[in-house]
Amino acid sequence: MRIVSKVSLGAIDADQGIGLVATDPEDMWHANNLIAVGDTVKAHAIRGIAVTTATTNRVVPRRVHTELTIKVTKSFFDPGASSLHVSGTVVTENEYVSIGQYHTLDLELHRPFTLWKAAGWDSVALQTLQEAANDDKTGALVAIVMHEGLSNICLITDHRTIIKQRVEHSVPKKRATTKESEGGLAAFYAKTLETLLRAVDFGTPRPLLLASPGFVAQDFKAYIESRGARTGDKMMMRMARDAVVVHTSTGYVHSLNEVLKSPEVKATMHDKKYTTETTLVDRLCERVRKDDGRAWYGLKPVTKAVAEGAVGRGGGVLLINNSIFRSMDIPTRKKYVALVDKVKADGGEAKILSSDHESGQRLDALGGIAAILTYPIFDLDEDTDDEDDAAQGGDETGAAAII
Amino acid sequence: MSRHRMDYNDELDYDEYDEEEEELSPEDQAQMKQGTADVRAALSIQASKVTDTQIQEALWHYFYDVDKTVAYLVTKFIDPPKKAPPKAAEKPNSKFLPTRLGTLSAPANPIICVLDLEELLLGHPPTQEHSSSLTPWQATRFSFPLATSQDDIIKELFRDMPWGNIPQHRVAILTPPPRRPGGLLGGSGALKGSKLQQLAAARRKKAEESNAQGSAEQTRTETSMPSTSETSQGKENTSLAGAFGKRLKISETVAEGRNPLVQQEPNRQEPAQQPLEDITNGRQVPEEAAAPVSLEKAPASGFASTLFGDSPRTAKRKQLEFFALPYTDIAPTAIDVFSKPSPDDVVLAAQAKAGKKAAAANQKQKNASAVGPVAGKLNELKIDDTSKPASKNLDVISEFNKSDNKRAASFVVVGHVDAGKSTMMGRLLLDLGVVSKHTVDRLRQEAEKIGKSSFHLAWVLDQRTEERARGVTIDIATNRFETDKAIFTILDAPGHRDFIPNMIAGASQADFGLLVIDAGTGAFESGLKGQTKEHALLLRSMGVSRVVVAINKLDTVGWSQERFDEIRNQISGFLTATGFQAKNIAFVPVSGLHGDNLVKKPSDAAASWYSGPTLVEELENSEPEARALTKPLRMSIGEIFRTPGASTSVSGRLDAGSLQTGDTLLVQPGGGEAFIKSVEVNGEPADWAVAGQSVVLGLNLADQVEMRAGDILCDPAQPIQCHDTFTLKALAFDVLMPMQVDVHRGRLHAEGRIEAMTAILDKMTGAVTKKKPRVVKPGTVARVVIKLGAKVPLEAGQRVVLRSGGETVAAGLLE
Repeated sequence: MRIVSKVSLGAIDADQGIGLVATDPEDMWHANNLIAVGDTVKAHAIRGIAVTTATTNRVVPRRVHTELTIKVTKSFFDPGASSLHVSGTVVTENEYVSIGQYHTLDLELHRPFTLWKAAGWDSVALQTLQEAANDDKTGALVAIVMHEGLSNICLITDHRTIIKQRVEHSVPKKRATTKESEGGLAAFYAKTLETLLRAVDFGTPRPLLLASPGFVAQDFKAYIESRGARTGDKMMMRMARDAVVVHTSTGYVHSLNEVLKSPEVKATMHDKKYTTETTLVDRLCERVRKDDGRAWYGLKPVTKAVAEGAVGRGGGVLLINNSIFRSMDIPTRKKYVALVDKVKADGGEAKILSSDHESGQRLDALGGIAAILTYPIFDLDEDTDDEDDAAQGGDETGAAAII
Repeated sequence: MSRHRMDYNDELDYDEYDEEEEELSPEDQAQMKQGTADVRAALSIQASKVTDTQIQEALWHYFYDVDKTVAYLVTKFIDPPKKAPPKAAEKPNSKFLPTRLGTLSAPANPIICVLDLEELLLGHPPTQEHSSSLTPWQATRFSFPLATSQDDIIKELFRDMPWGNIPQHRVAILTPPPRRPGGLLGGSGALKGSKLQQLAAARRKKAEESNAQGSAEQTRTETSMPSTSETSQGKENTSLAGAFGKRLKISETVAEGRNPLVQQEPNRQEPAQQPLEDITNGRQVPEEAAAPVSLEKAPASGFASTLFGDSPRTAKRKQLEFFALPYTDIAPTAIDVFSKPSPDDVVLAAQAKAGKKAAAANQKQKNASAVGPVAGKLNELKIDDTSKPASKNLDVISEFNKSDNKRAASFVVVGHVDAGKSTMMGRLLLDLGVVSKHTVDRLRQEAEKIGKSSFHLAWVLDQRTEERARGVTIDIATNRFETDKAIFTILDAPGHRDFIPNMIAGASQADFGLLVIDAGTGAFESGLKGQTKEHALLLRSMGVSRVVVAINKLDTVGWSQERFDEIRNQISGFLTATGFQAKNIAFVPVSGLHGDNLVKKPSDAAASWYSGPTLVEELENSEPEARALTKPLRMSIGEIFRTPGASTSVSGRLDAGSLQTGDTLLVQPGGGEAFIKSVEVNGEPADWAVAGQSVVLGLNLADQVEMRAGDILCDPAQPIQCHDTFTLKALAFDVLMPMQVDVHRGRLHAEGRIEAMTAILDKMTGAVTKKKPRVVKPGTVARVVIKLGAKVPLEAGQRVVLRSGGETVAAGLLE
């Protein structure tokens, strides 16, 4: 993402509009995180209008290129195609469109758009913008998590995990009388390899992770190698050579966190955002398991802990999923932003996790917000329990957060 | 401003309008005042039911048109539709007549008068005095002149409606049914229908009671009573059949005149009025008189009553011209009878389509079962062309009880990796002669070739090249052997922790478990830390209650009794803690590789201290588990393969119920149908199978039915439901918090997550001890909500295992 407005990120006016250009499909994901409901977006638009011809007085449809400014009511991000559609009502009139009409902007790569934040450029929005503008791009990691009969082809980028393809193949089970199983496995490997080559470009060398329980990943690596040797495909042979085999307990996507924890991956990719995120969530889960009063999840206990200043200097970490920021009304967002600011002021670490990663999904299960405290506090949830009983689960988010 | 107006205006208009209203011009105000007074006068006694504001609002809306306003107010406030007439209750039964007639004589507003009259007629069961003072004939005479006098008002009402100005020649002339003096007073088609239906209903009721001697008197009251209550209760047409019930409702609304649209056709009021007329009249119309006569006969079936019943052609033809809706007067039974093709038609059509084979099957079925089911089954045949195998229509459960087959049981062989499970089973099969010496010799040669000669016995079961190359069992291997007393199915489970899903699949099919423990120095201890414990836990979680512990490789420690006792003490302590009862645990010292104490007593002198049963004897000691024979059929598919002769074969164990060749099965969650072509029990063809047996089914699939291992075959009549969210009463083996888990149920393996932990329960009583715990500690029982990625067939009472990160974290029962 490039920032085209002449502003320094340190001194952005809260109400200022910032011109941005998405240069990479990944940037669309950042844009999706930046643009919230209520924000104002100006971008190039193609609009179908009805034109009355001067000569024949007939009404004919025409598509015009124009620039529209809309107030966002809804946005849709297609993770597979990395495209972002933003819908809303037009707020500035032009010759084709009047105020109040609906339009859906399809944000395009390399075309500038301007964004005004409804809640102003708060610290969280600025952090997202900074991350987006950081053009330290490295190739995405390709990982295949598989077990017999199932493989998930994933692309792990700095900010998200994209499940490119899921391959399912029914592998015959072992029978006393038949020996079909081998054929079935070979067919499964062939299917996975073909899908992999279609889904991911291996033209330039890129790391490939093969993860599975048992010997499936190993066998698949051997399969790629033998296939490459047989067909004389150098690319395939290189793929097999570079592939790292990691052990997981299942072939489901959530086993990816085992992959990212594994020493093989840590050794090569220790500085990546997702590995630190995984480590953080692991630390959190470990503490929650111990139930030592130093890890809490759910909005209410965390809010209390932050208010007490327990998430501060010396190991205090606040973890929030970015999906929470994406789908929030302005007052709620302000509350969360205040939490983040308070933790930062206390000297703690405030991490906004990508909900599109495995670690983010795990945090999501915990209610999307959690904190590791610097000192133990017990019974943070005690009175909230009573409140909740009284309210009979009235407010849904609260109930979900506490669980 | 009423909501009513808001519906008319969108937001912008509404705002403008609001402003206008606030600044009413003086003329408007004067007009409003006048109008309000007019309306109040027009509404007369009902005026108290509306407020001035309501009147004024309505006036504003109708531009001071008093008539329209009155009509609107009547429908909206005074007499809102879809509610029981509020006034009916207020008015005393005996006195209402004079007042109403008074209103009639001096109508302030003719519409309301009509309404009142109709309410009077519909809302009150006529009393004796009533009928003496006012015959229905009179009543209708009252209503008719009024109805005609309404015409002008109605025209006025709908003057500005485009459909109000219909050209004269196109206007339908609705002739009121001719009013015959005396007995032919009624005669509306609809009425006739109602009588018939009521008669039919009464007759059916009578038939049920098998009381053929009901007197005509009784029937008369039975038939007349509902009609009275019907009209008075308005919408609760419970005793009437659907078609006519609807009809009655329509006529009712019409009669009550609440819908100005329908009011335009006042003649339609007739049908609803008829019953009253007849009854109040005290005289019997000819049809009625005829009906009780026929009732005295023995109750007839719906079919017969249609053919020969009291719907004389002549009578019908007479009334045909008044029928508002055709066929409403046919008794519902008669409609049912002819709404489908006759059984003969169905049979003939299906025979033509399905060919000789189906016809033969059909013939058999026809002999055995009622006509209805046959028609149903044949309809199925018509839908898809898959030929359905012939069924012998056995009573499977009695067949099972008759059969004096040997006891059959299946057991799963579990234990830590390299405890010697597969080798022991290979040796067992060799010693029992299931596998020939020749085969084993060949395997030994092959094993020697790759330097794994000690694995050759395991290769009897480990047949995959992968398994042989790596020397570990990966998937469940099944084999079967027979002793003098019983037939056993071996499920040889993998010990490696990565293949625990396969082990769970095996355990779910087993009657009891065989836990193999490596007695070798250090091996036992590492096994205890490893899968020995987890397997035992899983066995118990899957509902296996009996376990035989084979302490293997005792030859490597010189058949030391101390070692045996030490292991026995540790393991029995652990197993009882896991939940196995002490009487259900047996220990046998064996040497799997050499075959000592498997089938025959150990030959080694060092083992002479042991005098207990051999492994096979111990296996035979196990009591068969109770089988859920009469429950609906459930069979989880263990594996799917192709065999010559059937398009698809599946193997698995019947969890509940029974099946036989020719049965139709439902595959869940796919939802497709499958027909059983062949059944194989214990390796031999059979006609039927019951719960607890491990079977191989040859299936004909209806169409492109998707079927995977882990799916459930069930009875289409009582299908298992598919869910993606379920509540589990779980025993935690590890810390539980909202997290991602793998859900295992037999072969079924699905990803999901713990969405909520609703309560921690008391282990003994099941009472809730803590609501919404933050974490669930190991060893506690909790109620958790699991959300799966996809819908899978699940049922209350099923056993489920939750695993996470390669470890079993909880097991429990579905709620």
